[in-house]
Amino acid sequence: MTKASDLASSYELVVIGGGPAGLAAAALAARAGLSTVLFDENPGVGGQIYRAITSSPVKDRAVLGEDYWTGAELAVEAKASGALIVTGATVWSLDPTRLVGISIAGQARLIQADRVIVATGSLERPFPIPGWTLPGVMSAGGAQTALKAQGLVPSGRTVLAGGGPLLWLLAAQILRAGGKLDAILDTTPRVNWLRALAHLPDFVLSPYFSKGLKLLREVRAKVRVIRTDRVEAVGDDRLREVVFGTGDGERRMPADLLLLHQGVVPNVNLAIAAGVTHAWNERQLCFEPVLDGDFTSSVPGIAIAGDGAGIAGGTAAAERGRIAAIAAVRALKPAASAPDVQIIRQKLRREEMGRAFLDWLNRPADSFRQPTGDTIVCRCEEVTARQVRDTADMGCEGPNQMKAFLRCGMGPCQGRLCGLTVTELIAAQRGTTPVEVGYYRLRPPVKPITLAELASLPIAEAERKAVER
Amino acid sequence: MRTADVVIVGGGIHGCSTALHLALRGLRPILIEKDYAGRHASGVNAGGVRQLARDLHEIPLSIASMGLWERIEELVGDDCGFESHGTVLVAETETELASFRARVEDLRLRGFTHEELIDRAELKRLVPAVADHCPGGVVSRRDGAADPFRTTQAFRRRAIEKGAEVLEGVTVTGLSKVGANWRVETSAGPIEAPKVVNAAGAWADRIAAMLGEPVPLTVVAPMLMVTSRVPAFIEPVVILRGRKLSFKQLGNGTVVIGGGHLATSNRDRNETVLDWDKLAISARTVWELFPAMRAATIVRAWAGIEAFMPDGIPVIGPSSTSEGVFHQFGFSTHGFQLGPGTGAMMAELVATGSTNTPIDGLGIERFR
Ligand SMILES: Cc1cc2nc3c(=O)[nH]c(=O)nc-3n(C[C@H](O)[C@@H](O)[C@H](O)COP(=O)(O)OP(=O)(O)OC[C@H]3O[C@@H](n4cnc5c(N)ncnc54)[C@H](O)[C@@H]3O)c2cc1C
Ligand SMILES: Cc1cc2nc3c(=O)[nH]c(=O)nc-3n(C[C@H](O)[C@H](O)[C@H](O)COP(=O)(O)OP(=O)(O)OC[C@H]3O[C@@H](n4cnc5c(N)ncnc54)[C@H](O)[C@@H]3O)c2cc1C
Repeated sequence: MTKASDLASSYELVVIGGGPAGLAAAALAARAGLSTVLFDENPGVGGQIYRAITSSPVKDRAVLGEDYWTGAELAVEAKASGALIVTGATVWSLDPTRLVGISIAGQARLIQADRVIVATGSLERPFPIPGWTLPGVMSAGGAQTALKAQGLVPSGRTVLAGGGPLLWLLAAQILRAGGKLDAILDTTPRVNWLRALAHLPDFVLSPYFSKGLKLLREVRAKVRVIRTDRVEAVGDDRLREVVFGTGDGERRMPADLLLLHQGVVPNVNLAIAAGVTHAWNERQLCFEPVLDGDFTSSVPGIAIAGDGAGIAGGTAAAERGRIAAIAAVRALKPAASAPDVQIIRQKLRREEMGRAFLDWLNRPADSFRQPTGDTIVCRCEEVTARQVRDTADMGCEGPNQMKAFLRCGMGPCQGRLCGLTVTELIAAQRGTTPVEVGYYRLRPPVKPITLAELASLPIAEAERKAVER
Repeated sequence: MRTADVVIVGGGIHGCSTALHLALRGLRPILIEKDYAGRHASGVNAGGVRQLARDLHEIPLSIASMGLWERIEELVGDDCGFESHGTVLVAETETELASFRARVEDLRLRGFTHEELIDRAELKRLVPAVADHCPGGVVSRRDGAADPFRTTQAFRRRAIEKGAEVLEGVTVTGLSKVGANWRVETSAGPIEAPKVVNAAGAWADRIAAMLGEPVPLTVVAPMLMVTSRVPAFIEPVVILRGRKLSFKQLGNGTVVIGGGHLATSNRDRNETVLDWDKLAISARTVWELFPAMRAATIVRAWAGIEAFMPDGIPVIGPSSTSEGVFHQFGFSTHGFQLGPGTGAMMAELVATGSTNTPIDGLGIERFR
C-alpha cells in the first residue's frame, strides 16, 4: 500500500481516476518515460465500467459479460507500465497551477504536476421523481456497484425504471446473476425517435448496434417492459409501491426496491473547481468541458479524458485517455516514442459513431428532469422543486445565487445530485436556457476532507521557518 | 442620454447600501455592477458583524453601523440572518492579555465602552469549548454575524423598491466631466449624473485612476472554509490576534473558519487560487484551540477578492481631484459590518455636502 508520505512532491503526469481513460493514459505515458502517478479513490482500479475488475467475486464471466472482462487487460497493462497506481486515494483539489490535493488513509498531501489528465468519468443523471429519497429507492448504478464489487443481487419485488443503454445492461446483469425483475418501466419518450432516426445509419454501422439489440432481446424475453411518462415512489418509512402512468390511466405495483436510472453525465466537479471552461451540450443535456482535439482544456496543462469529456462510453474513454497521454508525452518528452495518434483517432471516431443516435433516442423527457411541487431536488439540504421555482420567480438568476437563498448544492455532495436539476429548473422558470443560467461555481475540496486530514498536511517550508524564528 | 442624480460604481454591500440610503432621501441613483450584486467580497465574506478591535478612525462609523444592524429587518425587509452573540478576542498568553488590557483602557479614556476585558472564568463561560491555556480576552457583546450574500441582496432589493436602478453585468469604463455633470462610460452606453460614488471594491483604484487620483490599493483574497454540521457548541464569534483565526458556528451547525490567510488572485478574471498550505495552518490552529472540531469535515473552501490599503483602513470621502465624486472603498478585509452605516453616511454626504458621522483620517488625500 502506497502511503501519502511515500509519494514524490512532484510528477510529470498526474492522472486522476482509474477507469479505462485513466488506466490507458497512465500506461501509455509511463511507457513513454514520463514519471506518472494515477490516483483513484476506489479500493481497486477499473472505474465504473470495470469496477472491481481485480477483485470481483462474480466469477461466472457470462454474468457481467465479456466487455467487462476486457478491463482486466487495461489494469494489467497499467501496472506493468511503471506508472505508480495508488488506490484509496481521494483527490480533493486541483487548481490552475496543477497542484493536486490528495488524501490517502487519513493523510493529506499536495503534489505538483507538470501535466494533469482528469479521468474522473461520469455520474448518473439526477432522477428526481416524487418519493425518490425513500429508503428502498436507489440508483441503478448503486445496484450495479453492489453486484460487481460484492456479488449482491437485489432480492424482493424489484422494479427498474428509466432509460438509456446502461439500464438494459444492468437488467441483463441482474437476470444473469439469478436476480428477478418484476417490471421495467421504460420512460423514454417515443417522440425521441423523430430526432434519432436521422442518425440510425451511423448507429447501425457502430459496435453498439448488434450489442444493443442482443441485450434488448435478452431482457425483454424475461421481464415485462411497460412504457410510462410518470413514475412515483410511494411509501411511509420505506418504499411500498410504485405508481406510474400508462396510456389508459394510473397503475400501482407493490415493490420493495425501485432502481432508477436515466443515463449518465460527465462528472464535472474537479474540472470546474480547477477553472476549466464548460459548455452546455444540448443533445446530452449536460455541461461538459470545452476541449481541443487532444482533450486539452482551457487551463494550460490540464486535459480531460474519458466520459468526463462528454459521454462516449468505456472503449472511447480508453482511446481518449491515450490521445491525451500522447499530447502530454509530446509536450514533456518530444523525443520519446509514442504510438501513432492518427490510428487512435480513427478508432475513437468509430467508437463515437453510434453516439448521436443513442443520445437523441435516450434523451430523458422534461418531466423527469424538471420536477414540480414537493419533489425533493437537493437531497443534502432537502430543498423542493417548488422552492427552487419560486425563488427563480422572485428574481434569482442562477444556481450560485440560489445557494444563498436555499442552501441547495451546499451540502456534502457538492451539487452532484442536484446541479443539473437546479440549472434546468431556473432556466425553465425564467424562460431562458441552461447556458445563460450556468452551473454551480464549485469550491474545493471537491470531496470532503476532515479537519484532521487537512491539519496533517506536511508543514510547508515557510511555516517551519516562521515557527523556528 | 440616460441620466441619474447619482451613479454608484459597484454592487457590493457598500454600493447597495449607499443606493438604498440615497433612494430613501428621495434621490434617483443608478448603481452599476460588472457581475452581479454580492458576487465578490460582500457576498462571500465571513459575515462577521464586529465592532471589536477596530482602528480608532473607524469606530464612529462602526458604531453607527451597529445601530442599523440592530434594526436591519426594518431597514431592508429581511433579517439578513443577523444574530448577536458577541465577538470574543481570545488571548493565548498573559502577555497578549496585558496588551488587550491596555487597548481597552485606552478606548475607555476616549469614551468608547463596547470592548470589555474578560478573565479566564468569563471566557470559559462565553466559550466553554476553548482550550485551557487561554487566560482571558476581550468581548464586544453587541457584535454578531449575518449571512453576507443575503444581506447584500436585501439591500439591493430594497434599494430598487425605493426607486434606485440597478444595472448588473455592466462595467464602468470611463469617467469624464461634461459641463456640470459626470459622464460615466459603461459597457451599456453612457450615463450622465452630477455625482458619482466609487464603491468598486478591489477595482476601485482603477476608477480613481480615471480621475487622475492614484491610490496604493493592493488586491488581496482572504480565504475561508466551512465544515459540515456539528452539534452546537459555541455561540460568539471567536478571533485571535497572535495567530490568524476567526471562528464561528452558524445557526445550522456548520462552522466557518477564517482569519486572513490569503489566496492568490487575478482580479481581471475573477479568479482565486487557494493556498492549502495556509489553510492547513488554520486547520492546525483550530485543532489546538477546539479539540471538539478535530473530526469535523471540511466541505468547502473559497476566497473573496478584496481591496487592502497600506494602513488597513478604508478610503471614505470626497475625491481630492474631482468635484462631485466620492470614494467608498478599501475596506481592508473588514468592511462588511461597516456597510449599512457607511451607506447612510455617504448618502448624507452626497446629498447635503456634509455628514454628522466623523470620518476624519479616512480621506483619499492621506495618500498624496
Ligand atoms: C454508476 C455507473 C455505472 C456504469 N456502469 C457501466 C457499465 O457497466 N458498462 C459501461 O459500458 N458503462 C458504464 N458506465 C458508463 C461509464 O461512464 C463508462 O463509459 C466508463 O466507465 C467511463 O470510463 P472513464 O475512464 O471515463 O471513467 P470511470 O470508469 O467512471 O472512472 C473514473 C474513476 O475516477 C475515480 N474518481 C472520480 N473522482 C475522483 C476523485 N476526486 N479522486 C479520486 N478518484 C476519483 C472514480 O473512483 C472512478 O474509478 C457507468 C457509469 C456510471 C456512472
Ligand atoms: C473571505 C472574506 C472574509 C471577510 N470577512 C469579513 C467579516 O467577517 N466581517 C467584515 O466586516 N468584513 C469581512 N470581509 C470584508 C468585507 O467582505 C469587505 O470589506 C466588503 O464586502 C467590501 O464591500 P464593497 O462593497 O466595498 O466591495 P465588493 O463587495 O467587492 O463590491 C465591489 C463591486 O464593484 C464591482 N465593480 C468593480 N469595478 C467595477 C466597474 N468598473 N464597473 C462596475 N462594477 C464594478 C465589483 O464587481 C464588485 O461586485 C471579508 C472579506 C473576505 C474576502
